[in-house]
Amino acid sequence: MASTFTVGRSQQGDVSILALDGYLDAHTAPQFEKLIQEEFDAGRVRILVDCAGLTYISSAGLGVFMSFIEDIREAGGDIKLCGMTPSVFQVFEILGFPELFQILPDRAAGLHEFSQPSAKEA
Amino acid sequence: MPAEERTFRLHVPSSTENLAMIRDFIGSIGQRAGLDQGEIAKLELAVDEACANVIEHAYASDATREVTVKARVDEDAVSIEIVDTGKGFDPSTVQQDNLDQLISKRKSGGLGMRLIQTLMDEVQYEIIPGQKNELRMVKKLKKKDAPASK
Repeated sequence: MASTFTVGRSQQGDVSILALDGYLDAHTAPQFEKLIQEEFDAGRVRILVDCAGLTYISSAGLGVFMSFIEDIREAGGDIKLCGMTPSVFQVFEILGFPELFQILPDRAAGLHEFSQPSAKEA
Repeated sequence: MPAEERTFRLHVPSSTENLAMIRDFIGSIGQRAGLDQGEIAKLELAVDEACANVIEHAYASDATREVTVKARVDEDAVSIEIVDTGKGFDPSTVQQDNLDQLISKRKSGGLGMRLIQTLMDEVQYEIIPGQKNELRMVKKLKKKDAPASK
């Protein structure tokens, strides 16, 4: 028995949307890390991570965001998150992520934010 | 509310693919103890973090080693012990950096320990180098008319 985790990828203009589904833990985090790395390597640095299907996240999953965000912002992009359930948001909140990452209610709000000029991306 | 003390144990090979099994085990314990869904989720996450640390750091992902999770339920609390015989560490040397500093170093170390400290009511490490490492943590059961725990 292992955690199930899948990521659906789509593109909206120049924004990559990664829709997470299932359990993001120390077992599945390397899979997510590989996908973010692929986006970064391809120069797709405007990334919206849709967490609506995410059932569970541990610090290994949060670590993926932390390890990439600096490089992605230095490349002129950003990672924004949206659609979290309250239990998933609680984990981000405990570790202080809302101070450093934009967390939006849903995908539409996330895409809207990417269409706005941002101080972080300037 | 449990009327008497009950003890449960799970031994699993040291592989992250077993974290889901560990969470299910702990979830069952939480249910038996009468915790609500939110408290069960916190308990599962704390134990997941502790076991992931053992698997990845104490045992360096060596699946021939074994992680032991002991859970004790009594009328006041759920007490968990995570035991390994791998490489120990000094807990006081971890979690010095804030999130900003970790990001600028492209590191994520110590987040799991930080979560454990926040999610559980009591956390205690006993490291005997070369022999045994034990993490003991307690989630107190809420009682009627008592202030809410973490």
